[in-house]
Amino acid sequence: MSQFNAFVQKEFYHIFRDKRTLLIILGMPIVQMLLFGFAMNMEVTHIRTAVFDPSPDQSTTQITRRIEANPYFDVVGQVHSEEEVNNLMRQGAIDLAVIYESGFHRNIVHSGEAQIQFIADASDPNRGTVATNYVTGILAGYQQEMMQLQTIPFHINTETRMLYNPQMESAYLFVPGIMGLILMIICTMMTSVSIVREQEQGTMEVLLASPLKPVTVLMAKTIPYTVLSAINVASILLLSFFVLNVPIRGNFLLLLFVCLLYILLSLTLGLLISTLVKKQLDAVLVSGIGLMMPTLVLSGMIFPIGNMPLVLQWSSYFVPARWFITAVRKIMIEGQGIMTVLPEIGILLGMTVFLAVLSILNTKKRLA
Amino acid sequence: MNVIEVSELTKKFGSFTAVDHISFDVKEGEIFGFLGANGAGKTTAIQMLCGISNPTSGKGTVAGYDIFKENEQIKHNIGYMSQKFSLYEDLKVWENIRLFAGIYGMNDKEIKENTRRLLKQLDFESERDTMVASLPLGWKQKLAFSIAIFHTPKIVFLDEPTGGVDPAARRQFWEMILDAAYKGITVFVTTHYMDEAEYCDRVSIMVDGRIDALDTPHNLKQQSQAQNMDEVFRKLARKAKRIN
Repeated sequence: MSQFNAFVQKEFYHIFRDKRTLLIILGMPIVQMLLFGFAMNMEVTHIRTAVFDPSPDQSTTQITRRIEANPYFDVVGQVHSEEEVNNLMRQGAIDLAVIYESGFHRNIVHSGEAQIQFIADASDPNRGTVATNYVTGILAGYQQEMMQLQTIPFHINTETRMLYNPQMESAYLFVPGIMGLILMIICTMMTSVSIVREQEQGTMEVLLASPLKPVTVLMAKTIPYTVLSAINVASILLLSFFVLNVPIRGNFLLLLFVCLLYILLSLTLGLLISTLVKKQLDAVLVSGIGLMMPTLVLSGMIFPIGNMPLVLQWSSYFVPARWFITAVRKIMIEGQGIMTVLPEIGILLGMTVFLAVLSILNTKKRLA
Repeated sequence: MNVIEVSELTKKFGSFTAVDHISFDVKEGEIFGFLGANGAGKTTAIQMLCGISNPTSGKGTVAGYDIFKENEQIKHNIGYMSQKFSLYEDLKVWENIRLFAGIYGMNDKEIKENTRRLLKQLDFESERDTMVASLPLGWKQKLAFSIAIFHTPKIVFLDEPTGGVDPAARRQFWEMILDAAYKGITVFVTTHYMDEAEYCDRVSIMVDGRIDALDTPHNLKQQSQAQNMDEVFRKLARKAKRIN
């Protein structure tokens, strides 16, 4: 049995025998996904809706009636101009406006095409998306029924506008966000704790006095956590795809590559922390408070970075999760290719190299 | 033949000289006691000999290899047991043995056979699958020592191996040390227990980073007109100026 295998196997024993920690590591992403996912997605009810119908006809009446009948919508009334829609929206009196083009039914009959516009208040981005998703669904249902009844094919063009937060930042962002947070915690905290534990126990000295190279020890330490992180990436992506219906629009391999790069970065950060502290508790505190808070607050996971004071925006440049989340969002949600995420990949790579060099220098200093 | 030769070995941390120009030789098969008060520099000296820490200046060879340039070869030829208890508590007895044997490059067959023999020798066969955490301290230390010499090193370094165990267990432990020395393994041991120093072939006493005395226990007692090693040690250690 090679040295390296023997050592990696031992690391897996440590992890699998600590059932409680293992449960937390593997269960945390699932719980967080479900918590965030359902807390944010499912609780949208009482969507206050205004309808602007310049030329009421049988189609618009039917669609409006369907919206009224839907339990999620409270139709507050008809309005008579777009101006009025804007005013109500600004006052916060409505969450959604449904605007038909004039001559809606006539257009369907003549050209097989009609326009409808949904305007949502996206200052609460999640509520905004969910409202438009619901109303689009209602419209789709109506279209399907009509298609079955009528012989002429027709199409209703929907135009959706998200007011106040047009890019819908943070709506789907919690999926990349949770990945950013969880991978950071697991890789960084667990790696640093497991190394510092060896120092505390005195086993590190024995390892250093053995023919094992320090680099081998550190490498072997990172492997089990890479595996666990890979499992977490898989469970997060599966949950987000099948349960929360978050699409993976871009290249899947590219997505996995970015995840792997970020895992590598977090592991390196864990190594660096382990060279800086002497006690397991300190390792937990440094990676807990030192990393979790910035990751939560400055990564754009919860609060949009664009809305922050400049100083905080600058600080966010130093938070790895920020770049990871941006990259994952570009790939997963926006379906962009490798060219657009090159800057993020470059930055993450640079940070990894920087941290690696720093931890090697620190280790050398400590051993000298 | 000397398995350890050290001359003017020095280790400085900034302006603090932890080990101050020490010179000594250790003969093959000898039990060499390395005594000194806390903070006298024993652990630092051992770490330099084991290749964990680089000396600031001086010369030295361990098992015939240079302590500056040939750390790797040294590490293959030594065993080490640190003052903190140094097995993995959440691994079973046999897993600990296999881990360290694997680290020292033994092959599976060797490991299997030697493990069986070792467990029999220690009368540990029933504890093969026991987690180390649930063994009594005395047993753990016996096991740790057995693992430190499992790959039959030329020299084994024991840094305060008997801290915290009862006299009966200490006695048993020293029987194992004597047995190892009898088989030709050189033993380099630090201890706080002066009765243990009596077991050593030769003893050095470190004070403030320097070696103040080095001889057989018998000669040391004669030189300082002391009844036992405890008295020898206290007379020398009184001169220490470092405060811990």
